[in-house]
Amino acid sequence: MSTRLFAATRKGLFQIDRGTSRWTVKKVHFLGDNASLVLPDPRDGTVYTALGHGHFGVKVHRLRQGARKWEEVATPSLPPRPEGTAPRTDPMGRTIPDSVQLIWALEAADPARSGSLWCGTIPGGLFRSDDAGSSWQLNTALWNHPKRLEWMGGGADYPGIHSVSVDPRDPNRVAVGVSTGGVWATSDGGATWKISSHGLRADYVPPEQARDPHLQDVHRLVQCPGQPEQWWIQHHNGIFRSSDDAQSWHELEVAPSSFGFAVVVHPHQGGTAWFVPGTSDQRRIPVDGRVIVNRTRDGGQTFEALTNGLPQRQAYDITYRHGLDIDESGDRLAFGTTTGSLWISEDQGDSWKAVSEHLPPVYAVRFVRDA
Amino acid sequence: MATVHFTETIQRHVPCPPSTVGGTTVREVLDAVFDANPRARGYVLDEQHELRKHMAIFIDGRMIRDRTGLSDPVGADAEVYVMQALSGG
Repeated sequence: MSTRLFAATRKGLFQIDRGTSRWTVKKVHFLGDNASLVLPDPRDGTVYTALGHGHFGVKVHRLRQGARKWEEVATPSLPPRPEGTAPRTDPMGRTIPDSVQLIWALEAADPARSGSLWCGTIPGGLFRSDDAGSSWQLNTALWNHPKRLEWMGGGADYPGIHSVSVDPRDPNRVAVGVSTGGVWATSDGGATWKISSHGLRADYVPPEQARDPHLQDVHRLVQCPGQPEQWWIQHHNGIFRSSDDAQSWHELEVAPSSFGFAVVVHPHQGGTAWFVPGTSDQRRIPVDGRVIVNRTRDGGQTFEALTNGLPQRQAYDITYRHGLDIDESGDRLAFGTTTGSLWISEDQGDSWKAVSEHLPPVYAVRFVRDA
Repeated sequence: MATVHFTETIQRHVPCPPSTVGGTTVREVLDAVFDANPRARGYVLDEQHELRKHMAIFIDGRMIRDRTGLSDPVGADAEVYVMQALSGG
């Protein structure tokens, strides 16, 4: 079971360790800087973090296992705009910047190749590194796909790739979640891509377009490592499940709300998943001021609201898409919120303890796999 | 030769001491600075080699106009200041 996690926040990267009985903040890296994402790499112990400096752009840093100092590595970069051409516009006519605005996904690529990474960005570029971030290559097959130009901004102004799922059976099989642009999958390591969001439904477009797989605002996409044909999506207007390798998706009815950003799936039981709901798109606050985690153990037929240890009145915490994580045992979960709370459970969500309710806004939480 | 000064706030991330370099445009002057300090380039310019949205450059007290082409002329003995814009928060 994991005994360490990192929380990437608006004001730094927080390292949180488990002592004999309690989890506490042990160290803060990049204090004062905007840490948008963190990846503790289970293969070699390297920790990667993405920083978003308001003035100076986005950067990637890594901390090698045993090292005391972070190193700045290369920043994924979009290709030069052809001379004499104007920046592209989205389907709404808005100019899409041709520079990386945000690093929105960082994942280990090939379990057998330490240092191989996938990185998703806003705007919607997918990058690959095979040298631990020292260099990045844009995945041109996806970038140049005609349908990519139809992606649109969701919660952010510009479209982006926030989820990258590498299939445990074959690292050449990769799926990415796009807000807004559906699910895209490759089975040849990124040489070719196809849409994989059939069955998703969008309630923010005219009815005849609701089932268009390209218009789907996927908030978070996860795959069960132990049952890799089992997938979950927290979508802009619903929760969806696939039991056939993301070939088809089925919507679930969820109380008290199916709106939210985050989802995690149990590492071995594909029918067990957790969500942190908000009221609705229009009211991004907990339902009735109560923070809950929704858990299903039966593939989404039923959900139970987990509340033990969570505030049940006058609470306004929202959890972003990377703000919920589960460890490799499937017993320990953690989630961080926009109002700086961070809760951990060691019993699959039956009870929660606050690590802090005074952190900066939390963007991402990731457990470190025990060596 | 122009003298290029950098905002104090950048120094925490990448040291940028004042430097005196040749060049007749902002682009030429910055290229000369960044050739000697490559890591600083990405903090000031984006991957299209344009001035980042929330950065500003002043030449002898006047803000440059061409943020994309960086073609504003730089006179001999000019004082160039690379600053953060207030718009970045």
